[in-house]
Amino acid sequence: MRRYSAFAIAREALRHHQGWERAWKSPAPKESYDVVVIGAGGHGLATAYYLGRNHGIRNVAVIEKGWLGGGNTGRNTTIIRSNYLQDPSAAIYEKARSLYETLSQDLNYNIMFSPRGVMMLAQTEHEIRGYQRTAHANALQGVQTEFIGPQKVKELCPIISLDGPRYPVLGALWQPRGGTARHDAVAWGYARACSDMGMDIIQQCEVTAIRSENGQVSGIETTKGAIRTRKLAIVVAGHSGVLAEMAGFRLPIESVALQALVSEPIKPCMDVVVMANTVHGYMSQSDKGEMVIGGGADGYNNYTQRGSFHHVEETVRALVETFPIISRLKMLRWWGGIVDMTGDRSPILSKTPLGNCFINCGWGTGGFKAIPGSGWAMAELVAKGEPGPLAAEFGLDRFREGRFIDESVAAGVAH
Amino acid sequence: MLLLTCPNCGVAAEETELAPGGEAHLKRVGPGSEDADFEGYLFLRKNPKGVHFERWRHANGCGKWFHAARCTVTLEVFGTYSAQTTEPPKDILLKIDDKRPGWRG
Amino acid sequence: MSTRLKSGGRLIDRSETLKFQWNDKWLRGHPGDTLASALLANDQTLVGRSFKYHRPRGIVASGVEEPNALVGLGKGAKFEPNQRATTAELFDGLIAESQNHWPSLEFDIGAVNALVPKLFPAGFYYKTFIHPRAFWKHVFEPVIRKAAGLGKAPKDRDADRYEHFYAFCDVLVVGGGVAGLNAALQAAKEGKRVLVLEQTPHWGGRSPVDGGTVDGKPVADWINDTVEALERMDNVRMRRRCMAAGIYDHGYVIGYERLTDHAPAKQGPRHRLWRIRAGHVVTATGAIERPLSFAGNDIPGVMLASAVRDYIVDYGVSPGDRVVVVTNNDDAYRTALAVREAGLVVPAIVDARPEANGALPQAARAAGIMVKTGTGIAKVQGGKRVTGVELCAQAGEGATLETLPCDAIAMSGGWSPVVHLWSHTGGKLTWDAERAFFAPDPSRAPVGHDGAPSVSVVGAAAGDLTLPAILDGAEAPEETPLRPVWMMPEGASADKRLKMWLDYQNDVKVSDVQLAAQEGYESVEHTKRYTTLGMATDQGKLSNINGLAVLSDALGQPIPQTGTTTFRPPYTPISMGAIAGEARGEIFQPLRRTPIHSRHEAAGAHWEPVGHWRRPYCFPKAGESHRDAVNREINATRSGVGLLDASTLGKILVKGPDAGQFMDMLYTNMMSSLKPGKCRYGLMCSENGFLMDDGVVVRLDDDTFLAHTTTGGADRIHAHMEEWLQTEWWDWKVYTANVTEQWAQIGVVGPKARAVLEKLGGMDVSAETLPFMTYAEGTLGGFDARVFRISFSGELSFEIAVPASQGLAFWDALAEAGAEFGITPYGTEALHVMRAEKGFIMIGDETDGTVIPQDLGLDWAISKKKDDYIGKRAQERSHMTDPERWKLVGLETLDGSVLPDGSYAVADGTNANGQGAVQGRVTSTYYSPTLGRGIAMGLVLHGPDRMDEEIAFNTVSGGTVKAKIVNAVFYDPEGEKQNV
Repeated sequence: MRRYSAFAIAREALRHHQGWERAWKSPAPKESYDVVVIGAGGHGLATAYYLGRNHGIRNVAVIEKGWLGGGNTGRNTTIIRSNYLQDPSAAIYEKARSLYETLSQDLNYNIMFSPRGVMMLAQTEHEIRGYQRTAHANALQGVQTEFIGPQKVKELCPIISLDGPRYPVLGALWQPRGGTARHDAVAWGYARACSDMGMDIIQQCEVTAIRSENGQVSGIETTKGAIRTRKLAIVVAGHSGVLAEMAGFRLPIESVALQALVSEPIKPCMDVVVMANTVHGYMSQSDKGEMVIGGGADGYNNYTQRGSFHHVEETVRALVETFPIISRLKMLRWWGGIVDMTGDRSPILSKTPLGNCFINCGWGTGGFKAIPGSGWAMAELVAKGEPGPLAAEFGLDRFREGRFIDESVAAGVAH
Repeated sequence: MLLLTCPNCGVAAEETELAPGGEAHLKRVGPGSEDADFEGYLFLRKNPKGVHFERWRHANGCGKWFHAARCTVTLEVFGTYSAQTTEPPKDILLKIDDKRPGWRG
Repeated sequence: MSTRLKSGGRLIDRSETLKFQWNDKWLRGHPGDTLASALLANDQTLVGRSFKYHRPRGIVASGVEEPNALVGLGKGAKFEPNQRATTAELFDGLIAESQNHWPSLEFDIGAVNALVPKLFPAGFYYKTFIHPRAFWKHVFEPVIRKAAGLGKAPKDRDADRYEHFYAFCDVLVVGGGVAGLNAALQAAKEGKRVLVLEQTPHWGGRSPVDGGTVDGKPVADWINDTVEALERMDNVRMRRRCMAAGIYDHGYVIGYERLTDHAPAKQGPRHRLWRIRAGHVVTATGAIERPLSFAGNDIPGVMLASAVRDYIVDYGVSPGDRVVVVTNNDDAYRTALAVREAGLVVPAIVDARPEANGALPQAARAAGIMVKTGTGIAKVQGGKRVTGVELCAQAGEGATLETLPCDAIAMSGGWSPVVHLWSHTGGKLTWDAERAFFAPDPSRAPVGHDGAPSVSVVGAAAGDLTLPAILDGAEAPEETPLRPVWMMPEGASADKRLKMWLDYQNDVKVSDVQLAAQEGYESVEHTKRYTTLGMATDQGKLSNINGLAVLSDALGQPIPQTGTTTFRPPYTPISMGAIAGEARGEIFQPLRRTPIHSRHEAAGAHWEPVGHWRRPYCFPKAGESHRDAVNREINATRSGVGLLDASTLGKILVKGPDAGQFMDMLYTNMMSSLKPGKCRYGLMCSENGFLMDDGVVVRLDDDTFLAHTTTGGADRIHAHMEEWLQTEWWDWKVYTANVTEQWAQIGVVGPKARAVLEKLGGMDVSAETLPFMTYAEGTLGGFDARVFRISFSGELSFEIAVPASQGLAFWDALAEAGAEFGITPYGTEALHVMRAEKGFIMIGDETDGTVIPQDLGLDWAISKKKDDYIGKRAQERSHMTDPERWKLVGLETLDGSVLPDGSYAVADGTNANGQGAVQGRVTSTYYSPTLGRGIAMGLVLHGPDRMDEEIAFNTVSGGTVKAKIVNAVFYDPEGEKQNV
């Protein structure tokens, strides 16, 4: 792989950039692999990457129905934070956040991780207490957060209105090392690195069946033919239920639409990420200058990648109230993604009833921020056949045992 | 922005009048049952990509619950029917057969 | 130069002159002008700077597709960035400024980027700024952010208001051009309720400029007649300046009406958001002309051919004295003819086709205009404006054959139907290879709730680009086929491709798309995101088709195989203010007030939002801190008598022969055995086993229960009851009613509570007649009252419900009767402290959705006799019966301080993930004025078995605070004070 750098750009400029290689190859599938990962989104590609890097497993195929990074990896609001309440969540999201810090260098691809800080506003007494609890939990979890007062909120985010007549800002949980990254670049960077390790990323290839022998996975059927594999990792977010059905089991998951939108680009006016859970909205400003906005998910099963307008209304209303200057900005683009919501709204990284078939799903509205940690933990699960400490609590069995990982305790809505 | 006709009051109800209630026709499992059965009842879901039977409440309307048969891919509504039943009515099933041959898998 | 012509301009009123400001300079225009036409009339061809290279940008289009002419409009609280000059109507006193430059539009430092475009290819950012790590956030990103963005952020709160509006119709027609008006007329004649939306201020679309006849008369006459006919019909509603922004499922359409943007003196809301439910939608959204890709096609003065003739015909504005027309189709010849008719010069029509012999080319030749077929543009000359054009053979590599001086170039690469709305809910497209555009495929239309096609499309939007194709009886010159031209010339060198702009605003060139393909970004979505093609504020209206043609060519595959990116609402950007609507400030959400709200307000209550309610947190006196107020309220209540507005408590009636059976399922307790007139504290769990609400249940009579819920829980619990009744036990004879707001409820609390009621006079409230945990009806001080002997404070307490309409008077009566006893109103915080002193749990404090009653030592409230209740099965699961679950205890710091809220009890070592081990947490913590020290409750591992053990709780600064495990009931553990 030819390395990316300013020098490389200058060199290529002299010959009209004709020398750039493909970022990733586009091979035909081989007959068999040691591991097949279904889903070339961020989580699937990261799984493959850490299989190679951490476990030396490089005979890997990543199968993608559409184009890599084309699902939720490219449809989210790019927020990265790890200020979670429960230990298992804080562990995996903090792992992800810390990997994000050096990901550009690790992948030699600028994913533009911007640790600009994330604040979650407290707008009721109840929220203050919830975030104080989170701050105490984070202190023990090694997650750097702080409960800050309204004046500090205003200093960090001057466009915020502190004294809205209905929900004044009473404080915020502040994670200075949280931030944003360029979502597409995360998928592309991992894909390039996987391809460079000799892994096959096979796009435009839909899985049509999962084959097994004696209760162990043996291969898959795809629109590009049959592929044998010793191990299978299903990492497909919104379509997990469809794949699980092929593998012969059911999931505690429902797929719903989550919407997001951006404004037209304006000059920098907001340097941090703000989430306002009481009024249901969150916002940051992209490097391009767009205000990136998200809110709550729809409540009904939906595979259309579009949601209902009243959620957009509610979100924008909340944010106009919180940031009055955005009233005269314009919504440029609105879109939806399909998210998989589990029974406790926490993810699943688990063995399945089918031997050597593993699943990573249920990230709901918070998947992007977890990508490196999720891939790291999933690779360990696939490589060893048993979950390591990061994945241990996220097994499917927790629903039967009643051992939930419930984050709604602290944050009522989406991520 | 779904439009579902409430079979209780007859109103073609806006989505904003409605509260979704998840998969329909789940059989309640009580004390003494197997863990797996209870897990199935409370958590495991069909989540189909296609024909879906689901529960709704006309929350900002007559307040009554009802069932809907809906496609989760096209959002076509095959019909709505009473909540006081344990299975979809025949006429709606036939209508779905007609529109989505082979949907029963 | 561009200037106002001496005559012409069908839309402007030359009799009146308007003044407007452009970059602090006063200029003149006429009513009917757009800001763009007025700027051109004043020779302002340079209007902005591009996003990446800060290249000079001029007006390209005349409508919503404009990518360049984005300006800041207005001032202060009425400032709005990124307004398109082409759709901003001119008014007297309009203030506009150009964007994205420093220090000035004419001299922009950022333009150095453009000097070395080779150094900024597609994907540039991904390949650089990688090292050193800290530089991205602290050095590179701030510089990039500052250079990016377009307009300035508004600084002030919006001075305007906005509204929402509902509309219902059988047929919604989007677009008021000829096709739309015709469709509306047909539907209206069938008696349908029709709504017609037109985004511009004018009916008729392009036809009045493009010409043609209907039944022998000018098309403009047909438009006037049809509009008049429609306006006369009762079943038709028509709106101009109202854009259909997006189609959502089941016929839901968002309309965006701009009411005062063009007339700021007008009263009323600025924008109106229409929420339309349409039985069927007809999109008649027209088509948009495509630019051509030739070197230097972004220099100010290069415009769409249709825009050039719009400015001439509609506004009487000449974009230049010498206009070279470059085209691959017949339609652009109309522009040449219009230019000539205006008395200006057309040095040549450059036509990429080998021959051009249609009616329009013939007419052009007849008018004496030179037509150069098989020819393309090698290069545009000029910097901040066009000065000339170099011509070449279209089939070649771009060697200059001749140079023509000119000051404007009118280009046309053909037309693309506007398929956005068709596509919003899943309508599919087909590629028309002959005419080189994507058009809606009627066989794959979006479907509505009934599965039938919900959108149809007419006119140019359907691919019918000519008047005769749309209207019976219409005539226009016949047009010969275009020749798809995606690059000019066909064999252009790399140097030229580096200067062929696809996306003017985002600075995406042909070379960038080709590089993306070369690097494997083969999907159209990859290319879009890698190059930012089509991601500007015009969302690719001009660039998308050209871009994907270049991509397809680079990949060596046909265009339909490449496909399009997804079309998403809104069609053009709509204001956040309009989306938010009226609900701002005080009316952001509905506010629920108790009947006594006004009295609390007058008493200077410090409010706390609880759900949509406002409850007094405390009643501070002048100069008193909140904490002091809370302590005073508690001391007054414990030593005398306090007064609490408890009206927000949920009150749900459960009635019917099977009510007892139902209550037994709802609550963990046995409720069916409760005797009429008695009260019982009850717990409610979710089916998942977790404690969800608590409250006192009162049996009013044999088949009637009154269930009290928490303030936040009333609606949720009522819905929960109805869900079970309607969907599981529908054969049970039970009715429920949420009567929360029918009653004002007031707590009279404290040792002197009875004395206050006795002073008020009426029913017997003695301990003998009305003992603890009973209820009676009667009158108090002349008020009809329900009196409950229940206590959440541990004191002698009466909760008295009176009809809501009498709540305020009753509060006043109590205050007056209690004056001599020092009666003191108290708020939620005093309530919380007093209940914590008594060790009573609070839903939301001791519970958080993960706690079961057994965790809280509430086993006594769980009936062992019942086979079933909601949540019982769930509580049998292994994790729920795990002896390692944390249990509720009281906590006292050794030094009397208040434990930090939310603190965790630390244990030795770390867990498998290296996180500090924990063995419990604080659930409630307060300063108790009664005990004069901090008290807390918490969940602790094996807590009840570890009484008097000291454990450490963490602080956010890394330290710990020691606390002793104690009984959670800190005050009156025997319960003597409440039971008197």
